[in-house]
Amino acid sequence: MQLPSGGDTIQELTVEELRAKVGTGMEIEDAEEHLLLSMGPQHPSTHGVLRLLLELDGENVVNMAPDIGFLHTGVEKNMEAKTYTKALVMTDRLDYLSPMSNNLGYILAVEKLLGVEATPRAQVIRVILTELARVSSHLVWLGTHALDLAAMSVFLYCFREREYILDLFEMCSGQRMMVSYFRPGGLWRDIPEEFEPAVREFLKFMPARIADYEALTKRNPIWLARTKDIGVVDADAAVAWGMTGPSLRGSGVNWDIRKAQPYCGYEEYDFDVPVATEGDVYARYLCRMEEMKQSLRIIEQALNKLPNGPVNIDDRKIVPPPRAELGRSMEAVIHHFKLWTEGFTAPAGYVYQSIESPRGEFACYLRGDGGPKPARCHFRTPSYVHLASLPHMSKGRFVADVVSIIGSVDIVLGEIDR
Amino acid sequence: MTQDQLVVDKIKATYPDAIEEVVDFRGERTLIIQPDKLKAVCQSLRDDADLQYDFLSDIVGDDYLPDFPRFAVSYHLYSIPKNHRLRLRVWVEDPDEGPETVATVWAIATWLEMEVYDLMGIRFQGNGSLRRLFLPEDWQGHPLRKDYPLGYEEVQFSFNWQEIDARKPYAKD
Amino acid sequence: MGIEQKLGDMGVVTHRLEDLVNWGRTNAMWPLLFGLACCAIEMMGSQASHFDASRFGMELNRPSPRQADLMIVAGRVSRKMAPVVRRLYDQMPEPKWVIAMGDCASCGGIFNNYAIVQGVDEIVPVDVYVAGCPPRPEALINGIMTLHEKVRGEKLTKYA
Repeated sequence: MQLPSGGDTIQELTVEELRAKVGTGMEIEDAEEHLLLSMGPQHPSTHGVLRLLLELDGENVVNMAPDIGFLHTGVEKNMEAKTYTKALVMTDRLDYLSPMSNNLGYILAVEKLLGVEATPRAQVIRVILTELARVSSHLVWLGTHALDLAAMSVFLYCFREREYILDLFEMCSGQRMMVSYFRPGGLWRDIPEEFEPAVREFLKFMPARIADYEALTKRNPIWLARTKDIGVVDADAAVAWGMTGPSLRGSGVNWDIRKAQPYCGYEEYDFDVPVATEGDVYARYLCRMEEMKQSLRIIEQALNKLPNGPVNIDDRKIVPPPRAELGRSMEAVIHHFKLWTEGFTAPAGYVYQSIESPRGEFACYLRGDGGPKPARCHFRTPSYVHLASLPHMSKGRFVADVVSIIGSVDIVLGEIDR
Repeated sequence: MTQDQLVVDKIKATYPDAIEEVVDFRGERTLIIQPDKLKAVCQSLRDDADLQYDFLSDIVGDDYLPDFPRFAVSYHLYSIPKNHRLRLRVWVEDPDEGPETVATVWAIATWLEMEVYDLMGIRFQGNGSLRRLFLPEDWQGHPLRKDYPLGYEEVQFSFNWQEIDARKPYAKD
Repeated sequence: MGIEQKLGDMGVVTHRLEDLVNWGRTNAMWPLLFGLACCAIEMMGSQASHFDASRFGMELNRPSPRQADLMIVAGRVSRKMAPVVRRLYDQMPEPKWVIAMGDCASCGGIFNNYAIVQGVDEIVPVDVYVAGCPPRPEALINGIMTLHEKVRGEKLTKYA
């Protein structure tokens, strides 16, 4: 493990050496005539530190290979060294545009492994917050996607609304982004009183704002030229390449995990799953825009049915006792001490829990070995899978279209590299 | 008949000795498959009109260090038409001779296997694109194995600040 | 009219060169458009409409290191990314400054493991560390103001 110090570890390569050692295993069709271009890892429109190796014939992409790992964080390894509760903070930092969804996927897997289920109130709050996270994630997607396609102003509008959502997150969790709000067996604490009116206010102004974004983009001729008939994937290819979420539904496959295998009581909500059939960048854009509106519907229904009651299950072996009890009860002190030093133990066995994150199927594979730490924790992240389909979508297109395609599958490097 | 039972029956009808064990845990069905039958079973699961496992959700490598066989690979399948999940699992005795690749069955398997290879070091037979993916090319070892150290660095506190600071590399202009 | 008549001819302003140059540098410090991880989103947030970093003359993010003055290392730096970060730093023209934004860039943060460089100061010299995981946009702006203070104190002899 040699630490790269200074700039001297970077090798100067000749063109021939570079071609021999491109590091992506990409087959090069014609090394003499074609141009080999490395796009990234420092590039404004690869949404992070993605490196794409392009073989270009003029302006056309002949071959493409993604090179990843520039943000490899060792999350899965690090989680094995932490207790189930402490490992939660790692999940926030996977898909940093929707930490709530990652929390939920991991927490549901832990709860499945333990064989417990959260209280009704906690379930509804989880739905509200993950749907808010979906809206905020789509806002960042729209803003950056538009920025890549040279529409500056959309970004500024989107971030204005996103700040409002982040304020809502901060209201309940104390953090804007890395919330770690969902805990095994419930929530960190109940939502504050002012949360509900603030969300209702959000529901009131947000539909008009979405209409604003659509007015800026939906029928904009430049937008249409950059998105229509670009990056087309048909339904069969999309399924074979493992695409999920809005990217799959843009190709005409109606599969939403919230409908197909509901979790957190999603079967009780009335919402539509937007599907488009064209399979191009524009279709995926339409799906995501419609999803935001559906999320608002879900949030409104959830707020109306928000039940009273505790947010944590009544099991002191999993959920720490409330702070007030520590002064009165010796038992509470012991439970608190045990939970924060040793943690709870989970049975031996493995579970797999999928949820519908803003990007697609986010799943957590969790294996317990009877101890307080996960023996293996693996995340199936939609961005990683979508990345694999990039070459399939980009071949034969222009370089400018590659930017548009990357934006349309909405990748987040944090969850690709983990 | 439930889908769970149907799967087992169908596999048993075609490959009588392919299933080593059927595990049910928390409502999830796992079929432990013989490694040499894995690809054929996957192909039939995808193509059978009653099953249609057309979606490969994930491939996960797992390390049970003191035990033998040490490695396990789980394949999480999903059938979009039948709305059913299934996990296939194979034990791997020698990581250099892992299970056969299923990239011809599901295209995405190439990438999922690359990830397992890079982090767990299980070499899938027939997958030609296995290489260093997340880590630099000259990296030694496979970090997710249990015998690979976490690489923990000592944290600086006020009592040991100077001692660590003296050997901490700092960059120059 | 008005002030000129009172003060006479305003054609000449006397000032110390140091102050003038430092004033120019602080008020047009172009950051490198360089996001690594979570902090990059907060960095975008600080440049977007709500927090508006253009108040400090830095709304213009340059994706090319050759046009940038300030590198904000926003996020965790992996071992694979480390040589790239150093190369980007080397490509920036003098004078150049570095802000380590967030815990991961400052000291490794919660990721104390094989993959993450424990503090970006092992690779590039850091001027200002901003704590937080991720720091709020206000915290980043405070870090930028701190850097401005440092730049204002620079002496003529240090100019490259």
